[in-house]
Formats: sequence, C-alpha cells, structure tokens
Amino acid sequence: MTARAQAPGVPRLASVLRAREAGTAALVLVVFALATLRDHSFADVNSVQQLLVGASLVALLGVGETLVIVTRNIDLSVGSVLGLCAFVVGDLFRHQHIPVWSGFVIAIALGAAIGAINGLITTVARVPSLVVTLAMLYIVRGVDAKLVNGHIVLPSQVPSAFAAVGYRTVFGIPWLAIIVAVVVAAVGYSMRTFRPCRELYAIGSNPEAATLAGIASGRRVFMAFLTSGALAGLGGALFLALFAQVDNSAGLGYELNVIAAVVVGGVAIFGGSGTVVGAALGALLLNTIQQALVAVRSSSYWSEAIAGALLLAAIAFDRWLSLRVARGLRSAEGAHRDLATAGRGSAS
Amino acid sequence: MNEASAGAAAGHAREDGTAAGTEPVLALRHAAKAFGAVQALADGSVELYPGEAHGLVGENGAGKSTLVKILAGVYQPDAGQLIIGGESVTFAGPASARAAGVAVIYQEPTLFPDLSVAENIFMGRQPVRTARRIDRGAMSREAAAIFTQLGVVLDPGRPARGLSVADQQIVEIAKALSLEARVLVMDEPTAALTNVEVDRLFNVMAALRRRGTAVLFISHRLEEVFASCQRVTIMRDGRFVLTAGTDELDIDTMIRAMIGRELGAMFHKTGVTPGEVVLDVEHLERENVFYDMSFAVRRGEIVALAGLVGAGRTEVARAVFGIDRRTSGAVRMLGKPLPAGEPSAAMAAGIAFVPEDRRQQGLVMDMGIDHNVALASLGRLSKAGLIFRSAERRLAMTWAQRLQLKYGRMRDPAWSLSGGNQQKVVLGKWLARQPSLLIIDEPTRGIDVGTKAEVHRILDELAAGGVAVLMISSELPEVLGVADRILVLHEGRLAAEFDRADATADKIMRAATGQAAKEAA
Amino acid sequence: MSSDVAPPEAGTGGGVPPAVPPAAEGSGKVVAAGSAVSRPPLWRLAIRWETGLVVALAAALVFGSLESATFTSRITLFYAGINIGYIAIMALPMTLIVVTGEIDLSVASMLGLSGAVLGDLWHHGWSIWPAVLVALAVGAVGGSLNGLLVTKLGLPSIAVTIGTLTLFRGVAEILLGSQTIPTASDRPFPSWLTNIGVVPVSGTELSYTTVIFIGLAVVCGVALHATPLGRAMFAAGLQSEAARFAGIRVARIKFWLYVFSGVICALAGILLAAQNSSVSYNAGFGLELNVVAIVLLGGVSIFGGRGSILGVVLSVAIIGSLQMALTQMNIDPNVQEIVIGGLLLISVVIPSLSRAARWLGARLSLGRSGHTPWAPD
Repeated sequence: MTARAQAPGVPRLASVLRAREAGTAALVLVVFALATLRDHSFADVNSVQQLLVGASLVALLGVGETLVIVTRNIDLSVGSVLGLCAFVVGDLFRHQHIPVWSGFVIAIALGAAIGAINGLITTVARVPSLVVTLAMLYIVRGVDAKLVNGHIVLPSQVPSAFAAVGYRTVFGIPWLAIIVAVVVAAVGYSMRTFRPCRELYAIGSNPEAATLAGIASGRRVFMAFLTSGALAGLGGALFLALFAQVDNSAGLGYELNVIAAVVVGGVAIFGGSGTVVGAALGALLLNTIQQALVAVRSSSYWSEAIAGALLLAAIAFDRWLSLRVARGLRSAEGAHRDLATAGRGSAS
Repeated sequence: MNEASAGAAAGHAREDGTAAGTEPVLALRHAAKAFGAVQALADGSVELYPGEAHGLVGENGAGKSTLVKILAGVYQPDAGQLIIGGESVTFAGPASARAAGVAVIYQEPTLFPDLSVAENIFMGRQPVRTARRIDRGAMSREAAAIFTQLGVVLDPGRPARGLSVADQQIVEIAKALSLEARVLVMDEPTAALTNVEVDRLFNVMAALRRRGTAVLFISHRLEEVFASCQRVTIMRDGRFVLTAGTDELDIDTMIRAMIGRELGAMFHKTGVTPGEVVLDVEHLERENVFYDMSFAVRRGEIVALAGLVGAGRTEVARAVFGIDRRTSGAVRMLGKPLPAGEPSAAMAAGIAFVPEDRRQQGLVMDMGIDHNVALASLGRLSKAGLIFRSAERRLAMTWAQRLQLKYGRMRDPAWSLSGGNQQKVVLGKWLARQPSLLIIDEPTRGIDVGTKAEVHRILDELAAGGVAVLMISSELPEVLGVADRILVLHEGRLAAEFDRADATADKIMRAATGQAAKEAA
Repeated sequence: MSSDVAPPEAGTGGGVPPAVPPAAEGSGKVVAAGSAVSRPPLWRLAIRWETGLVVALAAALVFGSLESATFTSRITLFYAGINIGYIAIMALPMTLIVVTGEIDLSVASMLGLSGAVLGDLWHHGWSIWPAVLVALAVGAVGGSLNGLLVTKLGLPSIAVTIGTLTLFRGVAEILLGSQTIPTASDRPFPSWLTNIGVVPVSGTELSYTTVIFIGLAVVCGVALHATPLGRAMFAAGLQSEAARFAGIRVARIKFWLYVFSGVICALAGILLAAQNSSVSYNAGFGLELNVVAIVLLGGVSIFGGRGSILGVVLSVAIIGSLQMALTQMNIDPNVQEIVIGGLLLISVVIPSLSRAARWLGARLSLGRSGHTPWAPD
C-alpha cells in the first residue's frame, strides 16, 4: 500500500488562499464584462482608469486595515486620519510652500504618529481597539474640523507637481493606481515572506498560543497600528493630489467602506486569515460594481444596497467555507496514512 | 504487543529498555508546591533516562498535574531540585523550560488553526534564505522529514484547522522535536484517541525513544502504561510512592499503590431500595458518537457510566439533557417523553446537569456566588416578573450552609473559590431546583481529597432522599464505591453492566477497553 | 467531540486547575488569594464607574452654568432633548445587545431607512399612521435579519451589522434617491407630527424624545437589572456556554434583542423625521458610532456581561449637557467631537492605568519573596 502524502479532499492552505483571491478577481472581471456588454464605453481607457483610481484610496487604507484586523483588532480611525493628513499637507503647501516630496513624508509621519498612539493604548493599556480607535476617530475628526474652520484648501493652492500624481498616467495606467499597487504588492509580499508578518497571523489565529510560542504580541500589534496609520496618512496625501481640494468632510465615513472592502476581499473579521491582495481586490470589486451601475444607467442609488448585500454574502460564504474545510478535513478519517501501519488491520 | 519486550529484543543493554551507562536526562527530587494552605505537591520525584518511555500514574489529586507544571516551567517549586543533563536548574518560565529541552504536550493542543501545519511547527523560527525571506520549500521539507522520523504522513501544507485531536498531537510532538526536545511530557495524550490512533501514538513514542528522547507518559489508562512504558512512577496524595519497571508490576499492585487503601472501606453507603423508574432511555443514538443506548435510572439509585475518556459517556448525558441533539431514540422522564435539543424542557421535567467543565459550562466565573447559585432558578425566584438580589442571596446562603461552602462574601466572583467549593456552588445551583434526576459528570475532578469525600456524601444523601443519580466518572474507586449499578461504555456502546456487589476494578477495565468482548469472541 | 483548536486546559486526567490558587480552606475567608488577585470584585468597579459619571455630570453642569448665561434656563433642557434624544433612545437597546456580548452597528442606518420608508409612502399618498406602522414594521424586519444572521448562521455580529448598515442605507437610497421628502409638490407632514420637534410634552418642559427616552430607560433598566431576563443577558455576555447549560436560551434572547433594536431605531427615525419635518436618505449618517460611544462611556464593557442602564443614562446626560453648553458658548461643534472622543478615551484608559499600577505594586511586593502568588495564565 503506497503511503499518500495527502488524503483526498484536503486542500493545501496556500491554494485555499489563492482560490479566495482568484474568486474575488473573477467577480471583478464578471462585473466588468457584464457592464461592458451593456455599455461598450465601460471598457474605454478613461473608464478603466477611473475604476482603478476610484478604488485606490480604499484599497490603500485596506492594506493597513488588513494588518490590524488580522491580529484580531480593528482600526476605526483611518478615515479621519486620512482627512486630517490631507488637510495638514494642503495647508502646509499654501502657507509654508514646502517641497512636494515632503508633503508625502509629512502625511505619512503624521499618520504613523496617530497610529502609534492607537497601538500604544491598545497594547500597553490593554484597551480594546474598537474603543481606542473610535475615540481617536472623534478626536482626529474634531481636530481636523477645527483646523479647517472654513478655510478649504483649493486647487490653486496645491502645487501642480503634487497634483500631477493625481492625474498623470504612464502607459495609460494612472500613477495613483501604480503607487497603491506597489504598496499592495510590497506589503502583500512581506506578509507572506517575513517572520514578523507571519506572527501577525499567529496572533490573530490564537492569541494565547502566540504568547505561549514566545511571540512578542504587543510589539507586533503596535507595528500593525503604526502601519495602518502611516498608510492612512499616505492616503491623505494622495487624496489631496487626486482631488486637489480638501474640506472637513474628507475621509468622512471611509472606515466602514474600508472594512467592508476588506471583508469582501476575504479577510476574517476575527483575525488570523486573509490577504492584503484580497483586500485590495475587494475594494476594486466594490468600486467596479458602483461604476458598473452608473454605466448601465441603473441608478447609482443601488450601489450601496448591493454592496451591503455583497458584504453579507461574503461573510456568510467565508464562514461556510471555513466550516466546510474543517468538516471535510475532520471526517476524512484517513487524513493520514502511517508508513508503519499500512496494511495492518486495526485493533477494533 | 509489549513495547518493553520489544525494546529488550532490539538489543538494549538494560532490562527496562534504557541505554546502559547513562545518566538521567532529567531528575526531579523531592519537589514540593503549595498554593495558600493547599499542599498540591508534597514530595514529587521522577527520573528520566534518555530513550525511555516512563509512565506517571496516580489518581486525580495525586499531584501529577502540579509536577508536570513544574517540569514545564509554569510553576516554580517551593522545595526540591530539578536536574537537567546533570545540572541543577530553575525555570523562570515556560520559555526557559523549552530552551532546556523539556517540551510538554497538553491534552488540548495549542495550534494556529488558520496557518499551515508546517508553519505551526516552525512559527517564529521558519527557515529563511537570503534577506530573511522564509523558505517555504525548506520548511515543508523539514516538516516532512520530522513526520517521516515519527513514522507518520501528514501534509505539511494543509491548514491546522480541522485536524483531529490525534493529528494535532502529532503536530505538537513535531513542534517539540523541531525544538530539539530531550524530554517530552505527554499529559493524558490518549484521552480523546481511537484505538488506531493510540497505536499510532505508541509507534511515534517508539520512534522518539530511538532518537534518544525521553518520554514521560501520564495516563489513567493503566493498560496503556503497561503497553508502552518501560518504567512507571506511582504517586499518591501529592507524594512519590514508588518507581518500578513495568514488567515487575501488575495492575492490581499498581492500583493498590495508587489508592493506598482497600476500596470497600472508603465509602459509607446508605442502603436504599430503588423506587420507580425516573429516567428511561431507549435506543438513544447520536451518529458517529454513540449507539443504541438503553438504560433506566430509578429513584434512590446511583447509576455510574464508566469507561475510558472518549467512550461517549459525556455525550450520552448531554444528549439526555438536550444540550446536544440526538439522531434517534427516546428519552422519558417519569413516563413523559422529552423533546430533543431543549435543556429548558429537560429542566422543567426535573433533570439537573452538573457538567464536566466547571469553568466554561458549570459556572459563570466572573459572576458572583449568589448569582451563580440562582442562575438555574431565576424563574422560581421571581415575583411578578421581578427578581431581587436579596432573594438570590437567600437561596445561595441556604445552599452554602447545607453544602458547607467556604467563601468570603456572597458577591465574590466564582473564580475566587477553590475547585472543591466551585463544585459545591454548581451543586447548589442544581439542587436548589429539587430535581428528580441529577446527572453529574466527573463529580470530583480537580477537587481536593477532603471535599471529594463531602461530594460523595452529598450524592449518597441525595439518593437516600429519593433522587435518581446518573454519575459519569473516570475514577474506578469512585465508581466502585458510590454506584449501585455500573454501566460500562466502550467506543460508544454499552459493553457491560454490573451490580455493586459483582463489580470489580478488573472487570470494569476489561469491559472499558473492549477486552471482554475480545475474550467473548 | 470538537477538534477545534483551543488553548491548553492543562491538567492530568483532564482536571482543570483554577487560574487562581485554591483559597485558604478552613478559614472561611478568601484572604490570601483575594489580595494577590488582580481583578477587584465586580461591584466595587461598578460603583466606581457610575460615581465617576455622576461627578463628571456635576462638573459638566457646573461648567455649563458658569460659562453660559442661558444654560440653566428651561429651554436648555428642551433643546438638549431635541438634540440628543433620538440618539439616546437608540443607545438603550444597544446597551442590552452589548451586554449579551454582541453589537449592532446598523442602528443609524435603520434610523435612516425607517425615515425613508415613511417619506416614500407619504410621497405616494399614504396617510400618516399606516406609514408610521409600516416604518416600524420595517424596523422589525431589519432587526430580525440581523438576529437571524447572528444567531442562526452564527456570523460575527460586528461584521454582519456593518453589512446591514450598508444594506439598509442602500435601500433608503433606492427609495428616496437624493430627494428630500416632503418635496415641493408633496403635502407637508401633519402638524401634530412636526410639533414633536417644536413643542414640549404638555405640562412639562421636556421634549417628546426626552420623555420617550426616560420611559424606555425605566423599562430597559428594570428588565436588565431586576428580571430573570436581565440576569440571563449578563450570563450570556460573560459565559454563554454556562448560560446555555443552565437552560437559558441565549440564541432566542439575542434574536429578539436585535428585533427590539430594529423597532426602536425605526421609532428614532420617525422622531427625527418629525423633528426635522423632513426626511432624506442620509439622515443620521455615521451616528452609530455616537451611539456606541455613549454606551461605552456609560461603563458598558465591549466584551459583554457588564454595564448598567444608569450608567448609560448618566452618559447621555453628560454628553447632552456638554454639547448644549458648548453650543451656547458658540464653540465649534467640532470641538465637541474632540471633547467626546477625549472623554471616551480617558474613561477607558483610567481603569487600565489603575489596574497596571496595582499589578505593578503586587509584583514589586511579592517579587522579593520569590513566590508566585498565582499560576501564570
């Protein structure tokens, strides 16, 4: 009797993850195809560019949010951080005339600082992240609105080199989308390849076991929040570049969009699984649906309801999937074969 | 097949199967540990040689668990010496125990369900190539190599979620090996395993021994200790009793050393004539768990469900109570059929259920003693739909007095009580309902010896008062001493039934391990 | 037997040693173990929180009356009720849900949806009462959707209610589009309805929303603290398995709490429509987080099993009076947000700090004896 390395029906983990990402990507293509059938201009260069750009900010924030959610935490402050950083950078441009590159640096630094505060309070003071980031959402929103105080940043005040990031393309692909794609790729690669990132998954999968295994959970979670904040800051800079206009409503309500996108993309809300690429694809899917509805001339009023239904479907599906995988693996009693006992009758 | 003789046949120099002329890889000498006024371990000693499988046996409360935790670095002993590889050491915590090469495998493995088997083994130490990038190929290969060494085949790439308990154990063992463990402590590893899986585990143990790893095998299943270990250490009441080769002992001697007294004299039993049938179970079945269970319990009778862990006893009780659903069969209380899957209906019919797991199922640990006692009687305590803490407190105090509960204040949370007192709170909660049938699962697990006797007395009094008692227990002395009738389960089926007068430990163990059936066949 | 991975319950024979060592037997007193344990008795913690809230409320009221001449006038109470009443109403079922260990983030969207339903029906010529009833029914239906997904399918409530949050808002958008009802061509809402936002309840200075809030608070308070159902809710939040083993129907309780929440949020939506004399699809956008903030500030633990209605009422009073005072001082509404966020943060950090200080103290004093007072988890 040959020893089999794998029982029938037992998928490898890597392939399950890939399948989930592929599923989301496939849905994007399906929606895209259906919309193009209805309205050929949907596949135009301009339209595709809009699709990518529209999803970019949510995808970017989704990367950071994924890191946090994977550790069984949540970051509700990302939207307000984006808004604050967008305004601060815009304000610095018009009053201090800072160089373009430092706009990005300052945005990221400011976002990282807020993320660090979130991380510190969550890990050191042991306050649930829902509460911490909720409070931070209010504080940051308030500070932002106070700073703005009616002095909206206008397109004329944004250096053209900076705003160029918002609309320039290379080979037809918008810079914005490229920047976000690079971030997604880099973080996605890290999440699969470097030990500290793998520990994030361990922390979310079984926090007690992670501590037992000697993982420095506090430090890792702190870094996750720091990164989430930094990326939200970067998102703020990109927001400014894209819209060249910031009032105090920038980023309002983004956090729930981001979480929705991330969940649709396959990230489990209780942590331990999900990929950054999946999250970005989730953002792309939701945006594609929204644009598709506009193109199909159906009222875009339906997009939110569809997004909600899709989100519920994704949660239910992921749950069903994990149950089925677990059940399928468990009942496959011959899930292992012993080299030694192969051919030997069982005692009972 | 006796591993001891196999070891001897393989050419080991010593009779007990260990390599000749070696120093013990681990020696614990006269360790003691107390918690407050409770002396959990008074004199714990054990010596392990490289390449040996060493059994550790003793009743619940004998101190095995505390000894294991000292070896694991979770507790620091108050007295005694721990010697590893010839040097006296103290473990500051679990990490230093691991670094010293001592790995402990608990009953419930701690894995990361969302990660692959290979990553579970190597978390934090994944093999890397250039620029610190994880080398998945190498990780998978190394994991496969460990599995080959253990003589099992498990796909390193599959997620840990859904692994059977047996497979999870294998992964834990692999993890320990990857950490170059010299000593592997296995705490009740076979509790949830089928026969096939137990055989596999024994093969793995043999592979470990060939590698020179020492295995400390803690188990209640005495015949398994005989089958897999070369030597065994027996403990009783927190003290070391004796160490001997397994070929020098027999089961009865072992049991006597564990218990230290004649069984009959331990329990004073009130003679009660059983009354009407209270619980009638007919052809109860839950697919893949237990089959064709039919039995009855009468007023004043204490019926024990005996058998090995995993035989399905708790599952039968849970199905009767309604926490789990049944696939087929009927349950009748005092003649009336019980609907399936509804604990509240079972309670209304007069069933009380003291579960196995006090912390998760028996008590709400963060809630006060009074709230806990009242939790199953909320409806009865309420007047006009309202319930007041004073009523809960009154009920709790009544039962605290009756059960001689030791506590600080009624509002103290349940976690502040000792195990024995916690069990009394659970009992109080259920007895407050004046049930017709009390189902009690492992009545004295994790309880000190004094309170144990009290619990047995309570059960005795209940039966004398006309309550029907269905008791599940893994402790033979308890079963033999307390029960009027003993039903032995084996792999989900009723294997044997004994009256109090005919029952012996030997007969029960034989039925529980399926040997009676084999002999009959 | 479940083969789901679980943390170790170490112990030979499956025995479960307590996380805290056994108390000194025979003395009748939990002495040594109690002082070494880092968690104080629950009641002490609870009293401290509500006391803190009372102090904070007093401070807020003093602050308000000092800084604003009009603060102590009767009108203030009325307008405070108008501003916060409809949000406060939603905080009550939310409290119960959080106590059982779940959450409902769809509250503000249900508020918007019920308003949208009301407006849409009105727009299509329905008379007001049937429209109100249908709006309330929609609340019940939405709530049962939440309840089913959480209890029957066992999905995590935070994810589910983010989904229904989006879904309900989306349906509201489908119904109303970007219109505001009543449009120029519609009948205006009946005056008795719009009066809800203008006149106080006859005989008092309180707005209708305040009165409804108080009444509902009494009902919820009694239910949570003085009925078997309330005890069951606490047990479900602390240790739902043990609750189930005691015959408590945890799933049923949670389901009906979600339905209750849906109906109350629908009511809040109708009240808001009355106050504004109009509805639009994005009414109450983002308010769910305000509701959560109120509940958390009131001392309800996000993990479930702890909290009081009194605390939530005090929290409403604090936020309401602070907002009122700041508005009367002509301070930016945005500053108010900062204040609320800061308050929430402080309220959760302080217990953690004191916990840390006590743990540190215990470690320092016991470290010398080299004796571990309790088994590390």
